[in-house]
This record gives sequence, C-alpha cells and structure tokens, in this order.
Amino acid sequence: MWDRFRLFPEQASTLAGKVDSLFLLLVLISAFFAGLIFLLVAVFAIKYRRRSDTERPRPIHGSTGLEIFWTVIPLGITLTVFGWGATLYFTMSRPPATSMEVFVVGKQWMWKFQHPTGQREINELHVPLNRPVKLTMTSEDVIHSFFVPAFRMKFDVVPGRYTTTWFQATKTGDFHLFCSQYCGTSHALMGGRVVVMEQGDYERWLSGAVSEESLAAAGEKLFGRLGCSSCHQRVGTGRGPSLVGLFGNRVKLTTGETVGADETYIRESILNPQAKIVAGYPPIMPTFKGLISEEGLIQIIAYIKSLRIEEKAKAEP
Amino acid sequence: MAEHPSTLAHQFDDVEQQHEASNLGMWVFLITEIMFFGGVFTLFTVYVSAYPEAFAQGSGHLDLALGTVNTAVLLGSSFTMAMAVRSAQTGRRNGQVVYLLLTMFLGLVFLGIKAVEYLHKFEQHLVPGPNFSFASPLAKNVQLFFSFYFAMTGLHALHMIVGVGILAVLLVQAWRGRYTADYCTPVEVSGLYWHFVDIVWIFLFPFLYLVARHAT
Amino acid sequence: MSTSVGEWRQHYLNAGYSVRSWLLTTDHKRIAILYLASITLFFLLGGVLAGLLRLELLTPHGDLVQAETYNKLFTLHGITMIFFFLIPSIPAVLGNFLVPMMIGARDLAFPRLNLASWYVYVLGGSFTIVAAVTGGVDTGWTFYTPYSSTYANTNVILTALGVFITGFSSILTGLNFIVTIHKMRAPGLTWSRLPLFIWAHYATSLIMVLGTPVLAVTILLVALERGLGIGIFDPVLGGDPVLFQHLFWFYSHPAVYIMILPSMGVVSELIACFSRKRIFGYNVVAFSSLMIAALGFLVWGHHMFVSSQSMYAGMIFSLLSFLVAIPSAIKVFNWTATLYKGSIAYQTPMLYAFGFIGLFTIGGLTGLFLATLAVDVHVHDTYFVVAHFHYIMVGGAIMGYLGGLHFWWPKMTGRMYPEGWARVAAAILFVGFNLTFFPQFILGFLGMPRRYHVYPPEWQILNVLSSAGASILGVGYLLPVIYLLWSLRYGAIAGPNPWGATGLEWQTPSPPPTDNFEKTPVVTEEAYAYSLPEASRG
Repeated sequence: MWDRFRLFPEQASTLAGKVDSLFLLLVLISAFFAGLIFLLVAVFAIKYRRRSDTERPRPIHGSTGLEIFWTVIPLGITLTVFGWGATLYFTMSRPPATSMEVFVVGKQWMWKFQHPTGQREINELHVPLNRPVKLTMTSEDVIHSFFVPAFRMKFDVVPGRYTTTWFQATKTGDFHLFCSQYCGTSHALMGGRVVVMEQGDYERWLSGAVSEESLAAAGEKLFGRLGCSSCHQRVGTGRGPSLVGLFGNRVKLTTGETVGADETYIRESILNPQAKIVAGYPPIMPTFKGLISEEGLIQIIAYIKSLRIEEKAKAEP
Repeated sequence: MAEHPSTLAHQFDDVEQQHEASNLGMWVFLITEIMFFGGVFTLFTVYVSAYPEAFAQGSGHLDLALGTVNTAVLLGSSFTMAMAVRSAQTGRRNGQVVYLLLTMFLGLVFLGIKAVEYLHKFEQHLVPGPNFSFASPLAKNVQLFFSFYFAMTGLHALHMIVGVGILAVLLVQAWRGRYTADYCTPVEVSGLYWHFVDIVWIFLFPFLYLVARHAT
Repeated sequence: MSTSVGEWRQHYLNAGYSVRSWLLTTDHKRIAILYLASITLFFLLGGVLAGLLRLELLTPHGDLVQAETYNKLFTLHGITMIFFFLIPSIPAVLGNFLVPMMIGARDLAFPRLNLASWYVYVLGGSFTIVAAVTGGVDTGWTFYTPYSSTYANTNVILTALGVFITGFSSILTGLNFIVTIHKMRAPGLTWSRLPLFIWAHYATSLIMVLGTPVLAVTILLVALERGLGIGIFDPVLGGDPVLFQHLFWFYSHPAVYIMILPSMGVVSELIACFSRKRIFGYNVVAFSSLMIAALGFLVWGHHMFVSSQSMYAGMIFSLLSFLVAIPSAIKVFNWTATLYKGSIAYQTPMLYAFGFIGLFTIGGLTGLFLATLAVDVHVHDTYFVVAHFHYIMVGGAIMGYLGGLHFWWPKMTGRMYPEGWARVAAAILFVGFNLTFFPQFILGFLGMPRRYHVYPPEWQILNVLSSAGASILGVGYLLPVIYLLWSLRYGAIAGPNPWGATGLEWQTPSPPPTDNFEKTPVVTEEAYAYSLPEASRG
C-alpha cells in the first residue's frame, strides 16, 4: 500500500536522508507553531466570545517583554535551521574530488549524456552504485533544470555556461528524471530516468553499450580536424599558447589579470577567443562558433584535461 | 499667503498643503524614475565589466564632440529653467516667458543634436539589428554596447520630449499670467522634473561616451 | 439607495447617474468601485483558467488540452491573477475608498492621477486580453530568458507591453497614497494614531514605487530584445540569461509583499473591531510592516538557489529570507494576543480574519522550508512552491480581501450583505481551499514539478483531491459574487456604523457623501479606542 501512496520519494542518495531529516525538523517546527496558534485562537475565540453588546474589554497596549520573547525565539529557531541548511548546501555544492564525471547537454526537449569513456545516452543515465558522480551540464538553447527527486538533487542547466552538481547513489533501481525549469512546449515530456547499477553490472553495461572512443580520444581527433594543432603545439610554442598542463592552472592575460583555466574558460576561448587573450600572444585566434557543437566542446575539453594527466605522468618516471 | 480659491483644488485645505503635496508628489515620482533608469544603468555596469574592450571600442565610435556640446546645452537649460522658476516665484511674467522659451529652445537643440548623432550611427551601420556591421572580432559585444546606447539615450530623449511638451503648456499659462508669487507650483514642480532629466544625462554621458579607451 | 423610504440623501453613488459621471469621475470612492468591477472580471477569468488547469490534471495524461495550450493557460492564469487581480485588489479597491476617509480627508492628493491609474490599468489589461485571444503567450508569468526573448513563438511582446503599462497604474496609486498619508491627515492625527490599515498601505506604496519601475525596465528590455535581437539576455549574442532573473525577481519578490501587506492591514482592522480591543503591540505591528517592506527588497536571490548564482550569494539570500519571516510572525503573535480578554464576535469579516491567521501561518511556515537552502534544492520549481504561494496569496491575501470587502460593504453601498449566506461561503472557501492546496505540498515533496500537464500515474490520487477541492473553491467564490450583487437591491439598509467600529470612516453616513466629511474631523484619540462609549453601534 505504501508503494502506491507515498508521502516522500525513495531515499536513493547519500544526501537524501539528510535532506529529509532537515525537512522533518521543519515539519515539526511548523506543526508546533501552527498548532499553537490554532489552539490559542480557538481557545481565545471561544473563551472570550462576546456575551453582551455593551461589554468593553480593558485595553491592553502590549508587552515589551512578550515582543522580545516572541522575536528572539523564532530568530533562534530560524538561524539554527539556516545554519543546518547552509551546511548541507555547502556539501551539495562541492563534488568530491574522486567523482566520476558525466557530461550533460539539455536541449528542447531531451537530455543527452556523455560518459568519459565515450558512451552516449539519451534520456537515460546509467551510473554505478556508491560512487560519486559529478555532472557538468550545459544547454543548447533555453534554461532547463536537471531534477532527480530520489536523490534530492536539482540544478539548472544554462546556455552559454557550464553548471555542475553531483550525487552519490545508494540504491539500485530506476529513478525519475524531470526537467524542472519551464522550457517550452514539451517541458513536461522532457523526462527520463537515472538507472543505478551495481558496480559489476555497470561495467558490463559500459562494455555492452554502444561506445565510440573515449571523450578524450574523440577530442584529440577533433582537435586535429579543426586545425587547432596548427597553432597550439604539443611541444614548444606556436602561434598560440601550449595547452599541456593548462587545465586547472592559472592563466595570465594581456589585461594583467589572472584567471583559472576551467571548463568555462576553455569553452569561451573556443567560441569567443577575443574575450581573454593570454599575455604575450596576439589576438589572432579565429572563433569556432557555429563550427563546433556542445558535444564537440565537451570532447575537446576532455582532451585538454587529459594533457594535464599526461604531463604529470611524464614528470613521474 | 493669500487664499486663491481658483487655484486651490478642493481636496486640499489650504494653498500650503497643496504646494507641499505637489512637491512631495514630484519627488516620489522622480524616485521611481531613478529606479527605472537605475535598472538599465545596473545592467550596463554588469556588461561593461564583462566586455571592457568591446564597450571601449563602441564608445570610441560615439561623437564625443557632439556629446560634450549636448552636455553643455542641457546644463545651460537647467540654468534657464531655474531662472524661469525664480521668475515665477517673484511673479515676473516677462522673465517666465523668456526663460521658459530659452529652456525649450535649448531642449530642442539637444534633441536636434541627438537626432544628428542617431543619423550618423545609422549611416555608419551601428544601429543594432540586421543592418549592424562592425569590423572587429568583438562585433557581437560591440552591438550589445550600441543596444545600450540606443536604449538609454532613447529613453532619455523620450523624457526630454515629454519635458519640452510640459514646458510648452507652462509657456502658454505663463503668457496668460497664471503664475504668481502665490501660485507657481506647476513651474517649480516641472523644474524638478527638468533638472532630473538633466542629471540622468550627466550620468549617461560618462557611462556611454567616456568608457575607458586605451589602445590594446 | 436611500437611508429610509421617502427620505432622499445625496451621496457619492447617486451624485450623478450618467456613464460620463462614472467614467470621468475624480471621486476616490467611485474610482474604487470602477476598480472593483474590473478586478472582479479579471479574477473570474483567472479562476476559469485555474479550473481548466485542474481539470487537465485530473488524469496523468495530457487528454484535455495540448501541451502548448496548457502552457498558455498557466501563463495567463499567473499573469491575470498577479498583475490584474492581486496587486491592485486591496489597494485599488479598499485603499482607494478608505485611505482618504480613514485620515479625515476629502479625497486623495491627486484625484485625476487616481482616475488615470484606472485607465492605465484598463489599457494594460486590454493589451493582455488581446494577446490572449490572438494566440496567447506561453512563457509562464516569469518570462525567463532566453525562452521568452528568443525561442517562444507566442505573443510575448504584446503581453510584456500590457504588463509594462499596468505597472504604471501601480506606481501612480502608490505615489498618491504616499503623498496623501504624509500631507493630508486630519488635525490631531499623528502617525502613531493612524489605523494599521494606513500603515500597511503606506509600506505597500513604498514597495510599489521603488520596485515596479525595475520590472518595467526589465520587461521593456525583453520586448526590445525580442523585437530587435539586441542580445542583452541571449547568450549567443554575449548576453546573460541569469541576469534577467536577478532583475525580474528584484521586483517580483517585493511584489509579493505588495500583495500581502494590505491584507495584513485589513486583518488588523477586523481583529480590533471584532475583539473590540486595540491591537496588541500596535507600535510593533506598524514597524513590522515597514520592516517587511525593507527586508523584502533584499531576498530576491532565494528564487535562484539552483540557478548558478554563487553558493555564497545563496547563503546570504537564505539568511535574509529567514529574517524577513520574523516580522510576519510577530504580527501573527500580536493578532493572537489581541484576542486575549477581548469581546469576540463571529460575523463574516472575523471569520475571514481567523481564516487568514490560520492559512497565512501555514503559508508563512512553508516559506521557511523554501528559505532553507538544502531543502529548496529539492522542492524548488515543484508543487511545494505552488502550494506555498497559494496559501499566502489565496489563503492569506484573498481571505483578507474578502473579509475587508464584507466589513466595509455596508459603508460602500449602504446595504448589509446576508450574514447567513456569507458564513456558508466562508466555510466552503476554507474547506475547498485546504483540499485544493494541501495535497500539493505532498506532491511537491514527492517531486512533481510545476508547469506539468502530465505526471507519473502514482500521483493521481493527490491530483484528484486537489482538483476536487478546486471545484469546491469555485463554488465558494461564486457565492459572494451572487449575494453581494443581490444585496445591492435587497440587502438590509445599513447605518453609519453597523459594527460599532472605531475609525473616521464610520463617522460618516453609509454610503458617504462625495466629500466624505461635512466638517474636517479633529482626532484626539489613539486608534482602536474601543473602551470609550463613543465606539457604539449606530
């Protein structure tokens, strides 16, 4: 019976239970205060009902003590709840370093997923149990939002930038995926599911799923095909700065400021190269807007990321 | 102050109350205008920090000379407006008419110069839309600059046109001797409006025309 | 209307019967009636739209209307209810009628501006109606970019212009109230003697005047972007779609306080009258109205916890959102304390006041859930939010409006409404409301997103309960329309003060003469001086 009539969704992630506990606290606080007010109003309304048309209650102006009391107590309660919520939110906003990465592209009206090992999915995302998964997401058109109630997780998917969120699934099974930011006609149909599998099953699925090469390998091919390698050389420097070891480091620009080279920086440098010019280089990089898709961008980024790993590997004999 | 029933609206108890209410009303209205323009200025500030180079390029294509002249014109018109208000407060009809005319004239000069600037932009293909073209890799963001330019100066010009219209009405009434030391509230209150539109330009000018231009 | 058979007295309703005398009136009371008629029409329209939405949601599949139609229905429902019903409702009807009367003035400071505000409202409304019948708009009332500015294929510009125009109606009303309250109080009526209804409208007017212009410029830019492709919010052209959200919510959050503060002002009047006692903690309640207005401008980012604003910005907005709840809570405690040792009567206005306290408390408490960052991540953009704001807007604001309408009906029309029917309607509304919206809290927590016309079948039971409640709610709203109209002709004649309430408006005949007071009253007492014999029935 409880399957048919639930009051809350399954708890299928590490954070779901924590969110539910906080929610329960809020329910109890609300029930207490609502009950208190209802009770007082009912009792007063009945006990002090008008018995004669001429009765005149004594005017009571107020009580500073009471005002302080019922200001401070709610303040204390709300600050406590705030603190708990903010702390949990902090955790929600910080994907663990060991996260497995999945790239998400939302578009009207479907979800496209790319695993780092190259598997692509549409509207279905297979993930392993008990491993943190970090989602790097962007939209091809309007703002969408990636929502899995069972994980108590949601984040907007915005065109023109990458947004990230993460989860760690604690139960196998199929879980609803919804788009939760109105995005046009078929917004309500832009759903799917997240399929959580045991590690072994997941690996079997990976090898069975239609897989092209890994994202990084695809990116390397694209890098060559689009002519990037003519300016960005692996060894030494060409007309453009070398990209080896770029990802995750700081970059000095011609304007003097220093920025971090993350996914957003790389994406912008490909689509709008004049926005940030590396110090010491001329502004001659052409834009690749219209020549590369969101998926292509993700592949190039994966490739550039891999150049960091290689450098580290080279440094350790 | 003597009572002038013909100029005292029925909801007010006395002329002083009416005067204070009209003034407060205009100030509240101007505050709404500050919030209105403030919204666009905030947006502009966000984007000029995001695309400093493109905005500098766009700003460099504005006619600084004409903009400066217009600034002087508007400042002058605020002076003549203040003189018109003074003339109304001292009941000098001739002064009112002359200064209101001068203010209108300067306002129209401003609008005329603005029209010339807009025409130049049109000829240089700097009007955002299908005809926009700008030789620079940053063209897309330069178009954004010009969108702000036209939106902000356009809204300002609209307020100027309304202002000139108000001045025309005041002029007719002043000519008929309506405004005296006892009743000059419409002139005062319109003066406030005119000064405000002037101040908006004082902010618009540096924001749009004086974006830092340094060679890359 | 006459005070008794055979005796004719001139008042604001019979001072001229021509259409011209109504359409060119500058009498604040007639303008209030003009607003009453127009907002009621929009409310009925919004209600029909809601009915269609709930009808579709009876089944998990999209079988009543197509997806695009559904999207247009909820968009128009939101726009109609927010901009053309809730925001004007109490200020434009009860505020316009009562603000001058409560402070002993003959009219507002700028009567012609007042009439202009009604025409502006009608013009904006007409734009929106035209947009609706010539294809509709499907962006949601929130107009998020880049969907609204680039991708939507519906009447966005027309609707945006309609909302833009109507915003000026709000601004003019707020401006009028601020100047009137500052400059036209009767002799002896100091700020600390003002009825709390006036304090509430003053705070509301501050928000109207400061917030609406920002919405105006934002919506104008969306229209310009759509028409000219200028790229302010379009990422393809270098714009930032999230910036739209900041600008939009900077107005639209304070807007919700525009919708609730006047209702709180009404509730203060009702509780004072029907407990025959001064409001407990008058100073604190007045100050709370101002605090809500001020803090309300600082919390807009709580609509954007998952929009990709910085985590730290989210934390600041969360903290401020908790703080803005405190003055509202204080008001509820003070109203409750007013009942203590009062003399409590149960006429319809008081029933609505009780309903307000109960439902607003629940709505406000669920606001805490949404202010809590980690919880909001889960329930944002779900039916939990829909339930929360309907508890405040319908359970709170509309109950206050109806309570006020019934309370001041005898003053406005010279007639009493039928008390029996009114109590039945209030009860039906209370039951229908809770049945409609409480299941939606559960649906939201289960994960049902908003703006969906289809849903997983396991959620049907809750949706059916909600739709059943909506039909009861519909009946509950129709009843007052019928019996209030009925009372205009057949209701008992009302005297100047049928409730024995304090307040300058009750010192005039019902309905009042055009100039309100024969002689400007002089105030010597604080508000709600109920222990004095003057406060007696008449």
